[in-house]
Amino acid sequence: MTVVDRPAGARTRIVASPSGTGSEAHHLDRVLMKGNEAMAEAAVAAGCDAYFGYPITPQAELLEWMARRMPEEGRVFVQAESELAAINMGLGAAAAGARVLVSSSSPGISLMAEAMSYMAGSRLPVVLINVQRGGPGLGSIGAAQGDYFQATKGHGHGDYRVPVLAPSSIAEAIDLVRDAFILAERYRTPVMLLADGILGQAMEPVAPTFRTLEKSAPNWILDGADHRVPRVVKSLHLRPEDLEQHDIALQAVYDEITATEQRWAGEQLDEAEVVLVAYGTAARVARTAVERMRAEGLRAGLFRPITLWPFPSEPLRAVAKGTRAVMAVEMSSGQMVEDVRLAIEGAVPVFHHGRMGGMVPSPDGVVDAVRRALGMSEEAGR
Amino acid sequence: MTTEPMTTAPVAEPEGRTIYRRPLLLSNPTSYCPGCGHGIVHRLVAEVLEELDIGAKTILVGSVGCSVFAYDFLALDSVESPHGRAAAVATGVKRYRPDKVVFTYQGDGDLAAIGTAEIIHAAARGERFTTIFVNNGIYGMTGGQMAPTTLPGQRTTSSPRGRDVETQGYPLPVTEMLSLLPGVQYAARVSVGDAGLVGKAKQAIKRAFEVQLEGHGFSIVEVLSTCPVGWGMTPTDAMTRLRGVVMDAYPVGTFVDRPRRIAPNLPQPGASHRSITEGF
Repeated sequence: MTVVDRPAGARTRIVASPSGTGSEAHHLDRVLMKGNEAMAEAAVAAGCDAYFGYPITPQAELLEWMARRMPEEGRVFVQAESELAAINMGLGAAAAGARVLVSSSSPGISLMAEAMSYMAGSRLPVVLINVQRGGPGLGSIGAAQGDYFQATKGHGHGDYRVPVLAPSSIAEAIDLVRDAFILAERYRTPVMLLADGILGQAMEPVAPTFRTLEKSAPNWILDGADHRVPRVVKSLHLRPEDLEQHDIALQAVYDEITATEQRWAGEQLDEAEVVLVAYGTAARVARTAVERMRAEGLRAGLFRPITLWPFPSEPLRAVAKGTRAVMAVEMSSGQMVEDVRLAIEGAVPVFHHGRMGGMVPSPDGVVDAVRRALGMSEEAGR
Repeated sequence: MTTEPMTTAPVAEPEGRTIYRRPLLLSNPTSYCPGCGHGIVHRLVAEVLEELDIGAKTILVGSVGCSVFAYDFLALDSVESPHGRAAAVATGVKRYRPDKVVFTYQGDGDLAAIGTAEIIHAAARGERFTTIFVNNGIYGMTGGQMAPTTLPGQRTTSSPRGRDVETQGYPLPVTEMLSLLPGVQYAARVSVGDAGLVGKAKQAIKRAFEVQLEGHGFSIVEVLSTCPVGWGMTPTDAMTRLRGVVMDAYPVGTFVDRPRRIAPNLPQPGASHRSITEGF
């Protein structure tokens, strides 16, 4: 049980193990939880002060969970009139020093792109969960990974980056929600947790590893200029000379994140002759495909990026060295595969296998694609 | 007739009385165009915050347009919003810090066009912050384009033949619209057209902050203002126009002061009326 530090005037709350989840911390039996609800409860446990959202499938349960839990804890919950408003409420609360969570799904994330750029420019720590669905446009409500480019290369305008964490199980999502808050506050940056409709909707047994997170009182938050110089949280630097200096400072932060925060997981990579690269739900499929190939005598392994930005390029390059082929498995037309190619720099052939629109690759489909690819790569090598 | 004997001590000079001073919160000379109303409105806000002694616990939520510079001139903790989103940003600030005084400072392009949804829903929720809405009927910063508040027939760089209501619609009466919402506890429209109007504008701004301090819902003051450069006029002519056609189109006054039982004479949601027209 930890007392979380609050600004003066706000209610002091005791953040205990989550109630109402059936998962008291002293009781380490695993419990069955839906991904959206587990991520929400992880945020509550981590000391999230304020949540803002808007209904959209397949993340609506996250909003609903927070609608019940945040008022129980005496914290801020607002169902906004749009995703635009939700993320900007997050911007305001973060500027006032709140630990903020905002969540949505693909079309809603597009609406939040503007504020992501502003928050990156204003150095505001906010965690944004994207429970991805099929696109483009209104798309489908099936699980997809078509937002990889959006998450890792952009959202909004301007020279900025945002750390992107990709869980591939509900248990991992619980840990990564907390880690997302840590990264956001350590680097004063928005952080995205990139899930998908299956991770959001599925139920899995999870150990109640919900953990609290201490809070510091940073020297930039807005609480009224009482006997001190006023503070301005802003992204506007009208003079190009000033903005360039600001952007240079941002890049230094991104360099530090790239140098220190890359995360990945590997499975059966020893003496692998083919490496699958996959994240999120696609990594679950790829793992089964690896097991099947191993059973058939093909030495396959799985490289699973956990940070999509910064992408674990050097570890992947090292893993790929000496293999016959690398294949990206995605629920997209082939987006992450571009980062895979950049990492491997042509050292070994790189292939892609994916389904789109809310369809999920099957393990057998992956195995067939690998066999075809190996045939192709051997032909090309002759 | 006797004369008071001179005392040996020198007669003290009468203490100097301050007739005019810059409010402490107004930190720098403004950089607005000659005749622009922003400088007046900044000063009124600074005077009110100082008189209420709340500057040290006030957070300014900025917007986009010429109004973005408010934080350069008001010595307050400030956060900048994306274009139109100030009411959402202020919602986040005030919900997390209800003990602070929070206000947005927005122009008409920001509030009445791109930020319409945010201001209406913040007002509908009765968010406990204050909005200072400076309406000069034009997009000033980007070079004088037509705004939702531009008057019919008014020439702007994007309505070069004058605003044609057939294709470009009618001005948006924001304060009248918001006054219908029960969450809006105070709504007034004022003008900076002359010294007397400026005095009334200050009273309204003060009342809006008092409503927030008393813990009531949303409060807004629409300040009719000038943009001589955007209007293509001298500062003097712009003030004349403001007192003329602009105030004819946008009547000033207190629309709503619910704590003082001033509310529009319209059926309110939840009232017992079943119809507003006979025999319906």
